[in-house]
Amino acid sequence: MSILVNKNTKVIVQGFTGKEGSFHAEQCMQYGTQIVGGVTPGKGGTTHLGKPVFNSVKEAVQKTQADTSLVFVPPAFAANSVMEAAEAGIKIIVCITEGIPVKDMMIAKKYVESYNAILLGPNCPGIITADEAKIGIMPGFVFKKGNVGVISKSGTLTYEAANQVVQAGYGVSTAVGIGGDPIIGYSFIELLELFEKDKDTKAIVMIGEIGGDLEIQAAEYINKHVTKPVVSFIAGQTAPKGKRMGHAGAIIAGSKGTASEKMEALTKAGVHVAESAAEIGNVLKTVMN
Amino acid sequence: MNIHEYQAKSIFRSFGVPVLDGYPAATPEEAKKAAELLGTEKFVVKAQIHAGGRGKAGGVKITSSPDEVFEVAKQMLGMTLITHQTGPEGKKVKKLYIEAAASIKDEYYLGITLDRKTEMPVIMASTEGGVEIEKVAEETPEKIIKVQVNPLFGLLDFQIRNLAEALGLDKAQTKHFAVFAKALYQAYDQKDANMIEINPLALLDDNRMIALDAKMGFDDNALMRQKEVHEMRDFDEEDPAETEAGEYDLSYVKLDGNVGCMVNGAGLAMSTMDIIKYKGGEPANFLDVGGGASAETVAKGMEIILRDKNVKVVFINIFGGIVRCDRIANGIIEATKKVSVNVPVVVRLDGTNAELARDILQQSGIEKLVTASDLNDGAEKAVKLVNA
Repeated sequence: MSILVNKNTKVIVQGFTGKEGSFHAEQCMQYGTQIVGGVTPGKGGTTHLGKPVFNSVKEAVQKTQADTSLVFVPPAFAANSVMEAAEAGIKIIVCITEGIPVKDMMIAKKYVESYNAILLGPNCPGIITADEAKIGIMPGFVFKKGNVGVISKSGTLTYEAANQVVQAGYGVSTAVGIGGDPIIGYSFIELLELFEKDKDTKAIVMIGEIGGDLEIQAAEYINKHVTKPVVSFIAGQTAPKGKRMGHAGAIIAGSKGTASEKMEALTKAGVHVAESAAEIGNVLKTVMN
Repeated sequence: MNIHEYQAKSIFRSFGVPVLDGYPAATPEEAKKAAELLGTEKFVVKAQIHAGGRGKAGGVKITSSPDEVFEVAKQMLGMTLITHQTGPEGKKVKKLYIEAAASIKDEYYLGITLDRKTEMPVIMASTEGGVEIEKVAEETPEKIIKVQVNPLFGLLDFQIRNLAEALGLDKAQTKHFAVFAKALYQAYDQKDANMIEINPLALLDDNRMIALDAKMGFDDNALMRQKEVHEMRDFDEEDPAETEAGEYDLSYVKLDGNVGCMVNGAGLAMSTMDIIKYKGGEPANFLDVGGGASAETVAKGMEIILRDKNVKVVFINIFGGIVRCDRIANGIIEATKKVSVNVPVVVRLDGTNAELARDILQQSGIEKLVTASDLNDGAEKAVKLVNA
């Protein structure tokens, strides 16, 4: 039906009682996501938004059988919370927090991998399976149900892409934000593999940006392993070299990681590359016909 | 965030990375005093700017008396240096570093940065020191050796040996190099650096290894726990508009075009710049109002955009998620009260509370407001208005 999350996914929120955590947990619940509780150290035993609050993830998992965690913990402590979730047996950790030190994530990622848990983010909008579960901060109403999978490095560009998918007459199976930081959990390749296997996904929209070479690796992977049509867009074609454009990852140093380099690699791999962000829907339409 | 050579060297000293003696100076008098304190035969006067290639541009001079240091300092302070890393506008010299001169046998290159592919720090070393490393990387990449350091285990002895061997060091030199490399990795790791570059790493006549130059950059996300580093920030090296924007949690980068942009989200902001260019226009800036945008921050963003006299039209492109469009609309109205908006403003609002926002703007009575139905429409209208 979708990838990674669905209506049966049981979610706890780390940083549940904070301002961000509260606001978005409520939004997720309204969308229909099964939020089964939250974790805020020191507030265990209380109730928040009608759900139980626990002192630790371990306790939350024991009492609620949660398999997924949504992390809103402030940047200085977020990597630690991600590792706590992995140790407690959480299978999918969605980290929304922006501004986590690179060194912390370098270690947290290795830790999460050692527990075979899946990490999405950090600094990402989360994941949504249309009409089933929203585990993140995206505006749910934009994601009408359908059979196009969306993978994106950027938050608002994910909404823009999903909106165009819907305007073009299609809908979204699952949309995943992978985040724009230098160190992230699941990347394009792992998600392409899942979408390729998902029966209800007929096409994939992949949104990348300048910096790093994840898109180049994705192009190689698509060339070898993906049979479904892929539409792509790369943000940052006009970004000046050496300047940081909001996302820590969006820096081009030297000749590596430019938009044109990535667009060329994707085109060579048989991907349908949209020249501008406004063309994503149109390109999809051409491909689907 | 980047720091100056003299600041990087003070960090090096605290970690035991060998450097020569030296003192910073902001006036010719201070420079002369620094030379007298050093008491060596020769002194090097070095311009402190956040860019490499200073030597070629006249920002590094060897002198042989404190009086000569005074004269050279007088010339160098206030000078604008243009190097391959400063851009055509160059950088003004406001501070100097007066360093003892040493007798050098050989020069190498040593750097540490994050390798995004392996997600570990990578140490890069080359026998081609003292030259532009960008050129070496491009023309003879095989002359740069790379060693990945697993952050869980740190820099290991065999890795140091491999580096020393690749640099062609003998046994005595390798001993000095090991001390140097270990201390340097400690500094990188414990100070949350994202870049250290030593070019050149000098081998002295007595086989000691010395960081003759030092560049250091840091992970901005980690500055919250690096107070000492944070205090080294030099606002003179930054664009004042970018600094001001940062205080309001806006991410702003000035560019050379005439279409001002205000967008939520870094990816959409870059895409907005791209589509303006694609439609035949030139973006004047990158501006991400971020997830916590309020009427106040939007008003500030508008003020910063309009301060750039090249701006002939402003394109506001918002896809509301966490950011509610009505807040943005109120911010736009707020801005028009504070600053005179004398250029057309193209507004595209979509997502959370978009309709409410459109009503607010419609009733605001702002004269030069043009509404756009989607991204394509907005970009077309903005570019058309510039060329009108």
